[in-house]
Amino acid sequence: MILHYGETIAAVSTPRAAGGIAVIRISGECALNIADRIFIPVSTSKKPSEMDGYTCAYGRFVSLSGEQLDDGILTVFKAPRSYTGENVVELSCHGGIYVTERVLRSVYELGAYPASGGEFTERAFLNHKMTLTQAEAVMDIISAEGRGFHRRAVNVKDGSLYRMIKEQSDRLTAVLGEIGAWIDYPDEDIPGLENNALEERLTDIYTGLAGISSVYDNSRILRSGIDTVIAGKPNVGKSTLMNLLSGCERSIVTDEAGTTRDIVEESVRLGDIVLKLSDTAGLRSTDSIAEGAGIEKARKKILSADLIIAVFDNGDTLDDNDRQLIELCKKTEGIKSVACINKSDKENRLDKNIIEQCFDNVIYISAKTGSGIEELQNVLNKLFLTNSSIYNEITINERQKICLDKAASLINEALDNIKSGVTLDAVNIVLDEALNALLELNGERVTEAVTDEIFSHFCVGK
Amino acid sequence: MEKYYMDEYDVAVIGAGHAGVEAALASARLGAKTVMLTISLDAIANMPCNPSIGGTAKGHLVREIDALGGQMGKSADKCFIQSRMLNRGKGPAVHSLRVQADRVKYREYMKKVCEEQTGLDIKQAEVTEVITENDEVREIVTSLGAVYRVKKVIIATGTYLKGMIHVGEVSYESGPDATLPARYLSESLEKIGVKLRRFKTGTPARVHKRSIDFSQLERQDGDEDIQPFSFETDRSGLKNIVSCYVAYTNSETHRVITDNIHRSPLYSGRIHGIGPRYCPSIEDKIVRFSEKPRHQLFIEPMGLGTDEYYLQGMSSSLPEDVQIKFLRTIKGLENVEIMRNAYAIEYDCCDPQDLRHTLEFKRIKGLYGAGQFNGTSGYEEAAAQGLIAGINAALSVQGREQITLSRSSSYIGTLIDDLVIKGCTDPYRMMTSRSEYRLILRQDNADERLTPLGYEIGLISKERYDRFLEKREQIEREIKRLKKTTVSPSEELNKMLAERGTSPITTGIRIAELIKRPQISYDDLAPFDSERPVLSYEVKEQVSLRIEYDGYIARQLMEIEHVKRLEEKKLPADIDYKDIGGLSLEAIEKLNRIKPENIGQASRISGVSPADVSVLVIRMSK
Repeated sequence: MILHYGETIAAVSTPRAAGGIAVIRISGECALNIADRIFIPVSTSKKPSEMDGYTCAYGRFVSLSGEQLDDGILTVFKAPRSYTGENVVELSCHGGIYVTERVLRSVYELGAYPASGGEFTERAFLNHKMTLTQAEAVMDIISAEGRGFHRRAVNVKDGSLYRMIKEQSDRLTAVLGEIGAWIDYPDEDIPGLENNALEERLTDIYTGLAGISSVYDNSRILRSGIDTVIAGKPNVGKSTLMNLLSGCERSIVTDEAGTTRDIVEESVRLGDIVLKLSDTAGLRSTDSIAEGAGIEKARKKILSADLIIAVFDNGDTLDDNDRQLIELCKKTEGIKSVACINKSDKENRLDKNIIEQCFDNVIYISAKTGSGIEELQNVLNKLFLTNSSIYNEITINERQKICLDKAASLINEALDNIKSGVTLDAVNIVLDEALNALLELNGERVTEAVTDEIFSHFCVGK
Repeated sequence: MEKYYMDEYDVAVIGAGHAGVEAALASARLGAKTVMLTISLDAIANMPCNPSIGGTAKGHLVREIDALGGQMGKSADKCFIQSRMLNRGKGPAVHSLRVQADRVKYREYMKKVCEEQTGLDIKQAEVTEVITENDEVREIVTSLGAVYRVKKVIIATGTYLKGMIHVGEVSYESGPDATLPARYLSESLEKIGVKLRRFKTGTPARVHKRSIDFSQLERQDGDEDIQPFSFETDRSGLKNIVSCYVAYTNSETHRVITDNIHRSPLYSGRIHGIGPRYCPSIEDKIVRFSEKPRHQLFIEPMGLGTDEYYLQGMSSSLPEDVQIKFLRTIKGLENVEIMRNAYAIEYDCCDPQDLRHTLEFKRIKGLYGAGQFNGTSGYEEAAAQGLIAGINAALSVQGREQITLSRSSSYIGTLIDDLVIKGCTDPYRMMTSRSEYRLILRQDNADERLTPLGYEIGLISKERYDRFLEKREQIEREIKRLKKTTVSPSEELNKMLAERGTSPITTGIRIAELIKRPQISYDDLAPFDSERPVLSYEVKEQVSLRIEYDGYIARQLMEIEHVKRLEEKKLPADIDYKDIGGLSLEAIEKLNRIKPENIGQASRISGVSPADVSVLVIRMSK
């Protein structure tokens, strides 16, 4: 990227909407000079360029012609002690879109270029303020909706993923170093490279990498929300539950079975996680073509979901439609499911034992009164946020997963080669490539794609 | 001192060691009028340290020198007394040829080759001055006052430049092997802008054969089937004449050394030069690897006409009395008599980061450096650089384009790129691990990689080139045939496969597929391959290697492509890296000093981080 190399850039760093305050960030060599021209200090006699780093002042924002636009706070950060590593000025003005635009326009008129998406963070990376994985984590922190994902992104920003990868790449480097010595010093005994020892060491590295890679699915789910299907036979209360969770009348609720036909979707936050809810047509045999198509869609949706909330009616006996749902949940391996026995306020007629035998998690709720929702939240948090793995505290994105999987599969290939009798001079080549993949992951090896790719994903202003 | 005009040359080579000889021969063979000057005519291509040529990575260098049309391999084939292929069993990519040479015979042979070379004059003289005009070389002056007008100068002064020998508490000015040092040239070089620094190296004692108890030592014999270094050497008739021996130090040896370490000039601080990390003295090894209970040493004959033996691995700068004492603690050497003691030698050398890939100084036109003067260690490293410097000096005189070798083409290219781009902080020794392309840069395919270039330059004869083309053609043809021809399952074939520990076949299979199995060799399949042509050892070797390593070679080629893309991104020579925002201070300093030609080179400079490289990539793509 780097569209404005060596230039000063500026953008609104807060969301582009009317709000309490808006922050304009200016970064680059001229940031302070620009600030001098558009800011008249009130709380201090110092011009922005005379202020120390990490200090702020109250004053008036003016246009080039001297027209007063707004009043607010100006904060100065001096290179290299700033987010980007350059001189940075942040202007907090009142958050009206018009006001903010006017102030920003003055900044541009003074020679700053509009920052493109991710450019501030890209500069931070290029100025050695953060590693590649940390820069990627910034993007995750910005886009995190749920606290669970946010916490992991913050950990990565702190360098935890970098360190985990580094640990494995250091171990691989050690192996490669020893292979080098074994080749270069034919007369010396180099321990640790006998087939068994070597296989064990490589297997360890492989396991480590696979462990990190395994958080991807969880990361993806947490990043973009858990794909959740509310399923059950008609009129069991799926849409009522949907509306309860989303806090509004999202689905039309009637007493008539088969009201919901198309899939209704809504993104909701439940505790620390985000659910991408789909309310589906009730599962039953039907003659209606429209309803039948809806049911077929519902079945497909179930098979591609991360989570099934299977809803049963407490006041009704278990029928064929319920049994079909139970079977469907059993079949879908890898998809988590929770049984919600709705209408807990009604007299019990449902055979609860069968449900409890078939589901690990069974909750009693009343979608109408809202009781049991807290328990549902606890169960889901437990299902998606706790996990005894040490890798649970990080998140990885798609690019990182590709590098990890490449390295892991190459190490696996090296192991196969060793077992089939290939000599180490060739195995070495495969391991070299695995190491390169890890170095690329951590940004310690430059590939053309890396910087461009990553920073184009950022939103403007960060 | 009265100066007088002597003669005029295209190329003057200062020094006649392994670098100087290759440089002078290449230059003269390319038609440049060349003079080689040395302090002692009796020290041409001398081996003041070990009497061996080749070894890991070094053997590769010798093969590459030969493939380009250099001399070292041919001379080694003529003068060796034992030959071994090292690393057999570790895979063909890392096989390395190493020979023991008769050092007197080698020296004499090389001197004769130089004497017989048309266009090359050899003179015993000490060069004391290099004179430049507008940063271009013009003249050289000897200690007697002779002035030679020259177009190019190659400095290959080895350890002679301000040479200083240290043995224990005693130090004296000297070249290697009791020759005179070059006392005055350093000052002149500094005056014309060559920055010099101090390196040191060392050599072990030589001992008398009759004082060694060989019955106590492990014997090491040469190979049965000897492979020559040179493409031009006929394999038949090569034979081993001597054996080498292995001995080990022990705790008593280590105690003697530790007790006397204060008497080492290195540890008492009298030696300021930096020694080679990868070829350390015995006291260095004992201090640095104190956990190792013993170190290996090799006892090698110095030649057929002498009873001197060389103790490889025991270089030292401890006093003579300590040397005798610690050597006599070693099993088999209890009564050893030293003939020449071990010593350390300090010398002046340049910083190779001041050189271009052609080995010409960036700031002094017509001045080239080669060998230990450039900060390397080892005869083979020296010869490789001498060859390149000699070729380029001659090409430049003739107005032809100079050559540079890429890292992916050769160990020579890797060596020079490392020197020029990364620099060195201690004497640089070539190692296979320094190359990222080990599987492609094998010692067995040096001709394929470099002979076309050698021919194009003019150092490879038409006759040899035709033979090379014929070999290449045979290889291609045979590979194609093996990839097409199938064998059917038969009882004998499956019996052989089972014996080799690999699975039997049930349907017809291409022969190439069977060769790919690690357990099966090309020769194993001869009885099942009725149409197999009669091929030379070298052709068969290439055929089986290329098939067996097919997949791995493809991987390396991809890696080379990746790097090539960075190499294709050129960096302007006149750029000031201060003007590029976003570079670290260290990167700015290094980039401005080294002025890499492209981003690939920049990425290899230590202190230039991946983030800095990203800045360059992005900046240059604008």
